[in-house]
Amino acid sequence: MTLLAIENLSKRFSSGGRAVAAVGDVSLTLEPGETLGLVGASGSGKSTLARILMRLLPADAGSIRFEGEDWLSLSGTDLRRHRARMQMVFQDVLGAFNPRATVASVLDDPLRIHDIVPKAGRAQEIAALLDRVGLPASYAGRSIREVSGGQRQRIAIARAIATKPSLIVLDEAVSALDVSIRGRILELLVELQEERGISYLFVSHDLAVLRAVSHRIAVMEAGRLVETGPMRQVIENPQSPAAKALVNAVPRLVTQPTEGPFHDV
Amino acid sequence: MSTLCEIRDLTVTYRGQRIPALNRIDLDIVAGERLAIIGESGSGKSTLARAVAGLLPLGAKLAGEMRWSSGQPPLPGRDLGFVFQDPSSSLNPVLDIGEQVAEGARRHLGLSWKTAYVRALKMLERVRIAEPQKAMRAFPHQLSGGQRQRVAIAAALAAKPGILIADEATSALDMVVQAEIVSLLDELVREAGMTLIFITHDIALASGFADRVAIFKDGNLVESGLTGNVLASPSEAYTRTLIASHRDLATPPLIREAAP
Ligand SMILES: Nc1ncnc2c1ncn2[C@@H]1O[C@H](COP(=O)(O)OP(=O)(O)O)[C@@H](O)[C@H]1O
Ligand SMILES: Nc1ncnc2c1ncn2[C@@H]1O[C@H](COP(=O)(O)OP(=O)(O)O)[C@@H](O)[C@H]1O
Ligand SMILES: [Mg+2]
Ligand SMILES: [Mg+2]
Repeated sequence: MTLLAIENLSKRFSSGGRAVAAVGDVSLTLEPGETLGLVGASGSGKSTLARILMRLLPADAGSIRFEGEDWLSLSGTDLRRHRARMQMVFQDVLGAFNPRATVASVLDDPLRIHDIVPKAGRAQEIAALLDRVGLPASYAGRSIREVSGGQRQRIAIARAIATKPSLIVLDEAVSALDVSIRGRILELLVELQEERGISYLFVSHDLAVLRAVSHRIAVMEAGRLVETGPMRQVIENPQSPAAKALVNAVPRLVTQPTEGPFHDV
Repeated sequence: MSTLCEIRDLTVTYRGQRIPALNRIDLDIVAGERLAIIGESGSGKSTLARAVAGLLPLGAKLAGEMRWSSGQPPLPGRDLGFVFQDPSSSLNPVLDIGEQVAEGARRHLGLSWKTAYVRALKMLERVRIAEPQKAMRAFPHQLSGGQRQRVAIAAALAAKPGILIADEATSALDMVVQAEIVSLLDELVREAGMTLIFITHDIALASGFADRVAIFKDGNLVESGLTGNVLASPSEAYTRTLIASHRDLATPPLIREAAP
């Protein structure tokens, strides 16, 4: 059964007397265990779509079915109960965490709020979560400010999987990381998906990142979905001007001697 | 090829720090070249840029030498332009675009405001700002990130400096805009015969247009050389790791793909 179906979703903002169609009539689906890469230029509406999906922002129009529920009309206890099933990981900004938090408290919150594990078992569950994302259990006592950017992103992933979600929305989750760390985080995400059947909506402006992890790719431009298809089809044979521009913009590693006057220095 | 600056045994230690941010660096900057400074965050790239530009913060200790062929260090603004990752750190939010681009030309080229404004408009056209006449009267916050970065480039180049330092100037931009800005920089410095010091964490981005690369890690210069040579046959393990970690559209995916 389709895990997520977004239909005709729209959202306008008005800023400075000017109306912006941040998301315009977007429809897409996501299957269990699948990763949909969402790519587009800055300002194309990717984060707005992600925030509507997370119920952080109301939509103007459209509907979302998630695990068979009419997701946008859920409220109160129903919403709280189902929220555990959809989690989010942001770009590494310290702002995604309470600066006074410890690693343990970051992971304890979802376990407690969503009643995942009774109090007596939580320390053990936190240790298991840390272990799963490749961090020593001794990190539990550290302040969230004391850990590196890559480690913080592992903690954000541990927080996201704590509630046993079926879908994780990742918004530029690896964009701020150094390349060597980025690769290891991507590997971790793929492992977790294979192990737990989690679906990802993976938002990035970087097609090279999406190529590593996506089964399908959707391309946004100025609020609209302009192309969707299997990963290889979109990257190897892009149809829309937006997709073509994105493919052409990915820097290629050139390992031939440089042309030009410095050739023979 | 003449050497513009010989950097010898350069060590920079920030105030209150025990460990130097740059450690005994030997590097030549060649006149008219496009030199890429590559490294992960904290490797000392910006520190090198600030040392070259004479813009280290108060209390930073500098040991070693920078021997400039002209006999004296370049004057920032006049001899050396600087473009940062975040254009808001080089643009003044309360001045209109015209004034900030004109200001450098007026001060360093000795132009009247009137001619400086003419030069500013020409620079905005050169960096291909949409509707340059209108942009002259706009404020930074009214422009997109890519447009702001074009303005920062126009401002940095308004006084016709011989050296341009771009410190992660495209890192906050999306890929399409990044590609546009890189080719714009490349074109502008080529035309003017300027020396470009292009600082980036992205080895592939540098590989596309730099003449030489210098690889930094933890404040040390790992290796430097002609771009093609360093990329095709790196002599250091760290450079090989950087190359291996790079992903582009030819790297095998991490997911298991369904059989076609
Ligand atoms: N809270 C807001 N108020 C006004 N405009 C907004 C707001 N959030 C986003 N926008 C606008 O909506 C558009 C889409 O933004 P966003 O979803 O952040 O794009 P992306 O994540 O693809 O960069 C942009 O034009 C942006 O300026
Ligand atoms: N103003 C400063 N005071 C103290 N330490 C600094 C300062 N600026 C940078 N550093 C430190 O110097 C080292 C090199 O930093 P930087 O040159 O900014 O690296 P990069 O630009 O490669 O990311 C880092 O360890 C950084 O934390
Ligand atoms: Mg976004
Ligand atoms: Mg820097």
